[in-house]
Amino acid sequence: MQYMLLIYSAEGREPQPGTEAFGKYIQEYQEFSRMCVDKGVMRAGDALQPVSTATTVTRETGKIEITDGPFAETKEQLGGYYLLECKDLDEALDYAGQIPTARHGRVEVRPLMVFDQ
Amino acid sequence: MLPPFQLEQAINQLVREEWGRILAALVKRVGNLQLAEDALQDAVLAALQHWQKDGLPDEPAAWLIQTARRKAIDQLRRAQRFSRLQPVLSYSLDVQQETIIEQLEADESTSIPDKRLEMIFTCCHPALEYKTRVALTLRTLGGLSTDEIARAFLDKPATMAQRLARARHKINAAGISYELPSEERIPERLGGVLSVVYFIFNEGYSPHSGQVLTRTALSDEAIRLGRILCALLPDNAEVSGLLALMLLHDSRRDARSDDKGNLVPLEDQQRSRWDQTKIEEGTRLLKVALQRQQLGPYQLQAAISALHAEANTWQKTDWPQIVALYELLYAMQPSPVVRINQIMAISYASSPLQALEHIHELSKESALQRYQPFLLAESDIRFRAGDRPGAIDKLQAAIRLTQNEKELQYLDKRLKQMQRVQ
Repeated sequence: MQYMLLIYSAEGREPQPGTEAFGKYIQEYQEFSRMCVDKGVMRAGDALQPVSTATTVTRETGKIEITDGPFAETKEQLGGYYLLECKDLDEALDYAGQIPTARHGRVEVRPLMVFDQ
Repeated sequence: MLPPFQLEQAINQLVREEWGRILAALVKRVGNLQLAEDALQDAVLAALQHWQKDGLPDEPAAWLIQTARRKAIDQLRRAQRFSRLQPVLSYSLDVQQETIIEQLEADESTSIPDKRLEMIFTCCHPALEYKTRVALTLRTLGGLSTDEIARAFLDKPATMAQRLARARHKINAAGISYELPSEERIPERLGGVLSVVYFIFNEGYSPHSGQVLTRTALSDEAIRLGRILCALLPDNAEVSGLLALMLLHDSRRDARSDDKGNLVPLEDQQRSRWDQTKIEEGTRLLKVALQRQQLGPYQLQAAISALHAEANTWQKTDWPQIVALYELLYAMQPSPVVRINQIMAISYASSPLQALEHIHELSKESALQRYQPFLLAESDIRFRAGDRPGAIDKLQAAIRLTQNEKELQYLDKRLKQMQRVQ
């Protein structure tokens, strides 16, 4: 089964670029990604740029509306994701718990929709 | 043949007994809880019709599971026909449906494998909301009807039905496994299972609010689940410890309320009304558990309950030993409740004045000023230490926070007693 692991945290709580902790943080992510690849579960994974770079689009009113910023102003924002192929939810949860941001943020684990051919 | 009503009762009783085992075995075969639940429900309806006409079959459980298997095959074939029309099946299955149908047809044997341990771990999975875990366990393992479970939670039946349906859907869609958790995960997950069973017991033993003092059906169900767990995990000390604890608490069931249905605290209970059979079984289970040297919170609580059970009177209770046990328990579960209970024991092992010092220490935590058990304990200790005004003040504060009707009646009476003596 394929699971999206959506990584949420309050921006600014993670180690900031330029600090010593940042280098270690990046290294932890690289190790995590490498582990997923080695275990054969990795399908995709990326970090997102901060919400200051986000733009939101909707056609709710009938015409295109463009807003500067994320879809909702919440304290915790989406910062990255992994797409993993796991045997069951427990396996996906195990991986989610090892994501570095889980220490100061939260990871939502959701299965992908499956459409029959 | 039995008259209709008694026959229906016999069928219902039988179904309740066998429901958990049959359902768990079916789930293992078809890999989908909703499908298994629907198939078994249909089988039970068929049983009610046929057995009332023809009487009980020789092997009712076998009849039920065979019928349920056939119902499941019907459902799967129906789902196959519709699969081209719907993108997502309500019974979407990972394994090829044809294989499952073949296996169901091959399952002619009347022996029903016991897959309840896997099932209870599934129902108690942390990905499900706590209330859902409790409800799903009651339904799936206990065979309680949705209506009965709704009543236990003071919910509308439709709401409870929806909760259960959503849970079954989530189990399937999110990939909650029907297998036993892996070795490393078992200790933590077992803790979750025991917590659900104990919660069910406590909801039966002293419901949070509402008229009735105990809902014995729930505590009976919890003990039944505890027995199943003990049979499936005979070497686990905490599993035995939990069953011992529930039996020892339950042994006092008849003494907890008087003839008018009023609450009677442990101190005032007629010990002749304590169920000695339950006490003996609980104590025996506890002894065996303790020998395994896997000490845990349930065993400790059972040991405390056992000390009460073996004392002839409140005064003759081994209070110093209870104080010591609470100390061990606090080390494992540092909660205010444990501290409060320990202070009460200290008030008897030493003196109310000694206990008051501990109360004073503890009351520095402001959250406890709104914690009903703490206020009750302080009231009682102050009264016995000779501080009647203080006792009344704390009792009034406790009363304002009490929800259970019967408990409220008892505390009101006690307040009047305290005020009268002045």
